Amino acid sequence: MLQTWLPYILAGIAVGGQYALIAIGYTMVYGILRLINFAHGDVFMWSGLIMVYLITVLPLWASVILVIIFAIVLGTTIEKVAYRPLRSAPRMSIMISAIGVSYLLQNFALYITGGLTKTYPEIGFLQKTVKIGSATTKMVTVITPVLTIVLVFLLVMLIKHTKIGMAMRAVSRDFETSSLMGIDINRVITVTFVIGCGLAAIGSVLYFSNYTGINPMSGAMPGLKAFVAAVFGGIGSVPGAVVGAFVIGICENLIKGAGWTTFSDAFTFVLLIVILMVKPTGLFGEKNIDKV
Amino acid sequence: MEVTLKKKTKSALSVAAIALFLVLVYLGDIMISPGSSWKMLITVIEKGSIYALVAASMNLLNGFTGLFSLGQAGFMLIGAYTYAIFTIPAASHDAVYQYFEGGVIKWSIVESLEGSLGVFGHYLGMLIPMLGAGLLVAVIAFLIGIPVLRLKSDYLAIATLGFAEILRAFFQWNTLGPVTNGSNVLRKYTTYGNAIFPVLISGICIAIILLLINSTYGRAFRAIRDDEIAAEAMGINLFKHKEISFVISSFFAGISGALLAMFQTTINATPFNTVMTYEILLIVVIGGIGSITGSVIGAFLFTAASEWWLRGLDAGKWLGISASFMRPGFRKVVFAVLIMLIVLFYSRGIMGDKEFSWDKFISGLKNLPANLKAWPSKRKAKAAARREARAANAAARSRAREAKASNEARKASGEALFTPLEVSDTVIVFDKEGK
Repeated sequence: MLQTWLPYILAGIAVGGQYALIAIGYTMVYGILRLINFAHGDVFMWSGLIMVYLITVLPLWASVILVIIFAIVLGTTIEKVAYRPLRSAPRMSIMISAIGVSYLLQNFALYITGGLTKTYPEIGFLQKTVKIGSATTKMVTVITPVLTIVLVFLLVMLIKHTKIGMAMRAVSRDFETSSLMGIDINRVITVTFVIGCGLAAIGSVLYFSNYTGINPMSGAMPGLKAFVAAVFGGIGSVPGAVVGAFVIGICENLIKGAGWTTFSDAFTFVLLIVILMVKPTGLFGEKNIDKV
Repeated sequence: MEVTLKKKTKSALSVAAIALFLVLVYLGDIMISPGSSWKMLITVIEKGSIYALVAASMNLLNGFTGLFSLGQAGFMLIGAYTYAIFTIPAASHDAVYQYFEGGVIKWSIVESLEGSLGVFGHYLGMLIPMLGAGLLVAVIAFLIGIPVLRLKSDYLAIATLGFAEILRAFFQWNTLGPVTNGSNVLRKYTTYGNAIFPVLISGICIAIILLLINSTYGRAFRAIRDDEIAAEAMGINLFKHKEISFVISSFFAGISGALLAMFQTTINATPFNTVMTYEILLIVVIGGIGSITGSVIGAFLFTAASEWWLRGLDAGKWLGISASFMRPGFRKVVFAVLIMLIVLFYSRGIMGDKEFSWDKFISGLKNLPANLKAWPSKRKAKAAARREARAANAAARSRAREAKASNEARKASGEALFTPLEVSDTVIVFDKEGK
């Protein structure tokens, strides 16, 4: 029994860790700006694409660092250009702006790649095979959950024990009051985007080394799933997003293992609707009361 | 000069304008030879009218009911497939469903009606599956709406987007192959002959949407959009009205999907993805959220720009400029940048939330010469006002700087900046009364 399911569970844990790294970007941005950053999945895709081009001229460690820097610059630029001017606009406008950015990033990737699927570089030590129990798997499957948990631990420490983390919590609790209290909102938002995009870039290295190819639409599905993971865990909560991502990753791979590959994507959205019906605040979300 | 026309005159003008447009489209499609570059105009009108319908249906949801739904592409997909499946001629089934032994549905509605009713039967045979497509989409939307419409704005967007993706996966499912042909294309189904067909059908549908918006239901939708809680307090059943709006919008999305299937002559589930929904949403934004006229204008501009005017950007030559960076895909980049500029700097869109009216159109025409003459002076006045505002701003900033500097100086010299209020016991005494 376990013999047959173990490989799927392992793959699920790995994919879950990768979703978690993307989901943190969603949950933090949503927690602070109340905005679904539709462009986040495309920042993720772009970091993968940049890696493809960088690895041809640079050694691995330099490319990975540059990819992370690239994702951070891209994310903060998007925030400055597309979201900041609309800060006081209705929420629908910012969401439309995010969709516009996503459309632009996808089209630009389409132009750069010529619509072809690019081969993602093989990263030697991530591809090594290891044996866990009865299952053989790639090194990346082992590294991902460990790295994810370490990064999330560091992030939680940052949020709990540093001044900027305190500012983030204050801003996500009450945007206006915290700005009246002298918190530099723009700085907090920039830091949020830096963290979110940096983690997405790390996630992209892990995620795409599991797949052979990358194309302009590769970011859309992982992005949506990561968002669902964030909602499942309670939007705004970092540990919640991580738990949600692992649940989605494992369930999805078990469904694939059962031979229902077509519906593995569908499961995510069914989960979204079920969780929103049963517990709209997610697993770890705080209760939110709408006032007239 | 304000012009107010009688209602009768306005209706007469509208009927005349629509009739003229239809005649022009009909003649245009017959007269323009297939090789001519003006053939593109007809293509734009066909595709533009189809997109106008789906944009209007999305506007009914997003602009008039305030439901941020992103499921339009999924609903179009069902519409397109339903229409195509029931109109593939019996003789072509083996060729189309070559991997599924000719499929399970071995007849075409068009053919069976054509046999007994002739030409009339041919068109009836096209209209019935089209209406059927709309109704099927409406039923599916009704079912999806029951859980989804209870969600708040952002969650609704994600859930509808998710359902559209599920539908796409479902239609490409190999087990359904004998009906949907799996992930292979559907082709050889009946299509229309003249461009007037999609224009006429979407025209009628958009007219129905307009009638709905101006009815009691339409007013209830707008009340919900403006303030849900207030609307509920006024006795509007929130869920019922949201469901009505969602189902009707999806019905028309299904019809436009069927029209799109006819326009493309072959269909496949792959392009009905999130990008398609985004494009429809951007049409609505370009036209103006909350204006059906805007959606129609936006749809035609969007298709004209992407199919015709900016084509040259892909081919390497545009407006006489030729450059090596203009290779396939460049058009869409330029296009996306243009859209971003509209979203950021012109977020009201072309029409805002206003509709076309003959009164305004005619008074606009009458006032045009005067406005043109007044334009340079108006612009000068605006520029002067802007300069003044800038100067005032600079003055205020320098005042603030001076104040800050003097405060710092006073602080440095040890002077107290605030004089605390008098406190007696634990009660703060405000120096307003009794002193």
